[in-house]
Amino acid sequence: MARMKFLCDSERCIECNACVTACKNEHEVPWGVNRRRVVTINDGKPGERSLSVACMHCSDAPCMAVCPVDCFYQTADGVVLHNKDLCIGCGYCFYACPFGAPQYPKESNFGGRGKMDKCTFCAGGPEEDNTQAEFEKYGRNRLAEGKLPLCAEMCSTKALLAGDGDQVSSIYRERVAARGFGAGAPGFDAAYKG
Amino acid sequence: MLIKKVEGASKSRRLSESLAGVVGGAMDRRTFLRRSGLTAGGAALVASGALATVQKSEAAPAVAGGAVEIRKNICTHCSVGCTVNAEVQNGVWIGQEPAFDSPINLGSHCAKGAAVREHAHGERRLKYPMKLVNGKYQRISWEQAINEVGDKLLDIREKSGPDSVYWLGSAKFSNEQAYLLRKFAALWGTNNIDHQARICHSTTVAGVAQTWGYGAMTNSYNDIHNSKLIFLIGSNAAEAHPVAMLHMLKAKEENNAPFIVCDPRFTRTAARATEHVRMRSGTDVPLIWGILWHIFENGWEDKDFIAKRVWGVEQIKAEVAKWNPEETERVTGVPGEQLRRVAYLLAHHKPGTVVWCMGGTQHTVGNNNTRAYCIMQLVLGNMGVAGGGTNIFRGHDNVQGATDMGLDVTSLPAYYGLTEAAWKHWAGVWDLEYDYLLSRFGDKKLMEEKGIPVSRWFDGVLEAKENVDQPDTVKAMIYWGHAPNSQTRQPDLKKAMEKLDLLVIVDPFPTVSAVLHDRQDGVYLLPATTQFETDGSRTASNRSLQWGQKVVEPLFESKVDHEIMYLMAKKFGFAEQLCKNIKVEGNIPVVEDILREINRGAWTIGYTGQSPERLKLHMEYQHTFDKTTLKANGGPCDGDYYGLPWPCWGTAEMKHPGTPNLYDNSKPVAEGGLAFRALFGNERDGETLLAEGAWPKGSEIQDGHPAVTMGMLKKLGWDSDLTAEERATIEKIGGGNVDAVAWHTDTSGGIQRVAIKHGVSPFGNAKARCVAWNFPDGVPLHREPLYSPDRELVAKYPTWDDKQDFRLPMLYKSVQDQDFSKDFPIILTSGRLVEYEGGGDETRSNPWLAELQQEMFCEVNPADANNANVRNGDMIWVHGPEGGKVKVKALVTERVGRGVAFMPFHFGGHFQGNDLRSKYPQGSDPYVLGESTNTAQTYGYDPVTAMQETKTTLCRIEKA
Repeated sequence: MARMKFLCDSERCIECNACVTACKNEHEVPWGVNRRRVVTINDGKPGERSLSVACMHCSDAPCMAVCPVDCFYQTADGVVLHNKDLCIGCGYCFYACPFGAPQYPKESNFGGRGKMDKCTFCAGGPEEDNTQAEFEKYGRNRLAEGKLPLCAEMCSTKALLAGDGDQVSSIYRERVAARGFGAGAPGFDAAYKG
Repeated sequence: MLIKKVEGASKSRRLSESLAGVVGGAMDRRTFLRRSGLTAGGAALVASGALATVQKSEAAPAVAGGAVEIRKNICTHCSVGCTVNAEVQNGVWIGQEPAFDSPINLGSHCAKGAAVREHAHGERRLKYPMKLVNGKYQRISWEQAINEVGDKLLDIREKSGPDSVYWLGSAKFSNEQAYLLRKFAALWGTNNIDHQARICHSTTVAGVAQTWGYGAMTNSYNDIHNSKLIFLIGSNAAEAHPVAMLHMLKAKEENNAPFIVCDPRFTRTAARATEHVRMRSGTDVPLIWGILWHIFENGWEDKDFIAKRVWGVEQIKAEVAKWNPEETERVTGVPGEQLRRVAYLLAHHKPGTVVWCMGGTQHTVGNNNTRAYCIMQLVLGNMGVAGGGTNIFRGHDNVQGATDMGLDVTSLPAYYGLTEAAWKHWAGVWDLEYDYLLSRFGDKKLMEEKGIPVSRWFDGVLEAKENVDQPDTVKAMIYWGHAPNSQTRQPDLKKAMEKLDLLVIVDPFPTVSAVLHDRQDGVYLLPATTQFETDGSRTASNRSLQWGQKVVEPLFESKVDHEIMYLMAKKFGFAEQLCKNIKVEGNIPVVEDILREINRGAWTIGYTGQSPERLKLHMEYQHTFDKTTLKANGGPCDGDYYGLPWPCWGTAEMKHPGTPNLYDNSKPVAEGGLAFRALFGNERDGETLLAEGAWPKGSEIQDGHPAVTMGMLKKLGWDSDLTAEERATIEKIGGGNVDAVAWHTDTSGGIQRVAIKHGVSPFGNAKARCVAWNFPDGVPLHREPLYSPDRELVAKYPTWDDKQDFRLPMLYKSVQDQDFSKDFPIILTSGRLVEYEGGGDETRSNPWLAELQQEMFCEVNPADANNANVRNGDMIWVHGPEGGKVKVKALVTERVGRGVAFMPFHFGGHFQGNDLRSKYPQGSDPYVLGESTNTAQTYGYDPVTAMQETKTTLCRIEKA
């Protein structure tokens, strides 16, 4: 079994934001904290494309590398999680993250960011699975219930895929073959032109 | 380092389950709005939220204590009909799981559907009945509310007649509630009963029904899997019907289907298309004729299909001949070469489907537009086939059902109309005397005269009494589940609200109706529930009925709509008549009994086979239905189509499977096949209107024929197939003229049963007609919008003359004659955003959605912005030619073409620059408020249905 991965199929993402509200719904994420968001490039112009972005659960995660209190850990499935009891809200992980995934609940200056919050791949945190304590800090733990992240499961066009990386990539490959045109991946045209 | 092992045995199965049935630097709108910061409501929320961790646990995880039960309901936000699987523990809605079993949404949701659980929090709901006293809302009891409202209404009824009370129903009702309110209005004695369909798809219902029989989506979302081409016009499905995109993208990818989007805006749907046709708003007819010009020119029409099943193509050809590529380009702005390509694609990728929405319907020429689309499909031979059809995506979750149930100023339930025969039919179903019903009305004429449409109810208040064709003007308005800010001419609407004697709002939210006016008293707010707090059936756009289970008990002091109807009926003294054959528990009529009564009466459109038992079984066995054909393969529903899409002929015992694709004669009628309906007579201009050489598979009448009557059964010798009971019912209904009892008036269902037994389509087998000779324009013609930017074209393609209809003066020429194009040079159009729905009171009160769209805006082309010296993010005034103006933020984007501005219509709570937040009942103000585009939108109504014009008017943009 491979690592857990997200993949967003830019040929299918229509920026409906179901992934965003599904996440809010499942984890009761408060106003102002966005574990997932949809990014659109070339908005309103030919070539407009959207992608849903959250923590990508990197194999060699920069957030883990820079965290001064070592609050991050990876599960056997490759999900990058963190411990809010250890987190000091310094924001280093935010500098390091290429996706802007870490979120902070407070808006004041001078160290008042509060504990970092981010996508957990619906896998909770270090507390015991599916307990009230885990839910209050990290949200639901769907993986422990044998379910996958709700954002992907509710995606309106099945653009956002989540699960075992091998499976995700074989589904995506099948789609690309069926389409018979480009990969649909951002940058494909630039990379393979001529 | 901490390592936690996560066990998830079924994780890999889960991903394939979720996909079963489907294959496997610039400034964007989000950044733009995020930068604009939190609104007042949003800021308040942040301040109160417990943000150090995830928020407090009204809805905690499923931890110890109490079994978790899954209840299935249907999303309340659009017509796709997505199943919502609600996890309920100890009566609390704790979670929402993807409904993978639903053949319609396969687990998917859009932003709105994925956020519906917030309904069970309901922090911004209207919590108890309230009354406006000296400009402030005060809490009152239900008893006081019903008594005071009731006394006032009875007083108005006494002084001004029943027609001075306007009952405005809702597409948010279940079928049962919609039906009950229609019956309620009949018992009150008025036809002033309407709902959102008037301003949504009324021109579709009229235009499409007058072409081939039924005014509804012909195929289904799922059936688009079979399409080889997808043609959308005036539909922004990616924002308005996101889950429909699931099905359309499948066809696009797997069938390599061209995906053509015709829209004045480069919408999010257009961004996913293979071809974007940027047309001038309000030129749909020339665009379609411009395409047909190439079709006829090249002989690409389906001659065989036309010969057998279509009447009037020659007259269309004559009109189309005028729309050569040059003239089409002159009027629509679309390059001739592009339309030739589109025409080629349409002719060479069959079957193709045509999808339209508000962009086509909400015009003064709406009925011409919808008929033109139908004609294109007829000419191409794309009707009555899988993968073809006119897939008309409707807007609300039950706007199809509420239309079918007759929340309509022109008809009783099931399109029976308002004739004496129609009243007698329903009097029979209701087990009431016709004379009793007649006694409830002002007189017989008013009983049979269509009412004032919702698009113009305020003209019914403001017009001089002598100009209104009823005893008195409208004195009381009951807004029962309808946002006022989705209606054009807000300044006039505000004035009317202030002139009324009484304004009653029955809704889960206070809505803009609570704050728009400057009244000091005479306003009541009655809290109703959402569909998640009741059982009942709703009809999706594809005509499938789905049964929703109550998820939670009514929140706060709110009551289900049918209870409120019953309480009012009691007050008015007709509760007994309202529920004569419907059991009432406490004050709540039993929903199943209401549906059974519908089943006993709605024969015209086959709402007769969908018993509550069958519908519940379908919901339970959703997984047994095929995800493309919607047909159950084995299991207890074997052979049925999902949700028994109407017409589901005969009684429930007859077990008709429903009709998945209308007019598909490749199947027997008993298995969901059908012909075009014989609705327009047998002959016209010496030509037959009946089908020639085409009939549903297995039909024993192998040619066209009129609708089936008792007389016809007798002639064919088939009357001997009737049971004694059926015959007795027919004889009772027929009285002296038994032969005239027809397929739709026989309440035994015997005539339908026997016809179908012989393979015959009960409503006849006719040709579809391209010319609706009873309409203002028999052949759909181009007519410039009332507010047109081009005076030369106005001279060439003028609108109609003024007339009197729907009890009111209807202006056309006198509006168009005034030239506003100099002072108001920019075309203004409006549309949807994915996060919000309708007037938006409900969705703007949902923090998960509100956070994503915090500010009202106007899209302005960079060139127009520069001309007006406006920069991105500036506040601007958008002035309408009738004096309405809105203050909104400018979003400078090429999404709109030069000379076009766009505003979404979901905002409300600001009026011409003033913030009305302080006027809401405390704690019930939506998180996000904003100007309504309709404050600047103008006059203009379709001559057939009084549809409002929201898509083409003019405006001027100035820096604020």
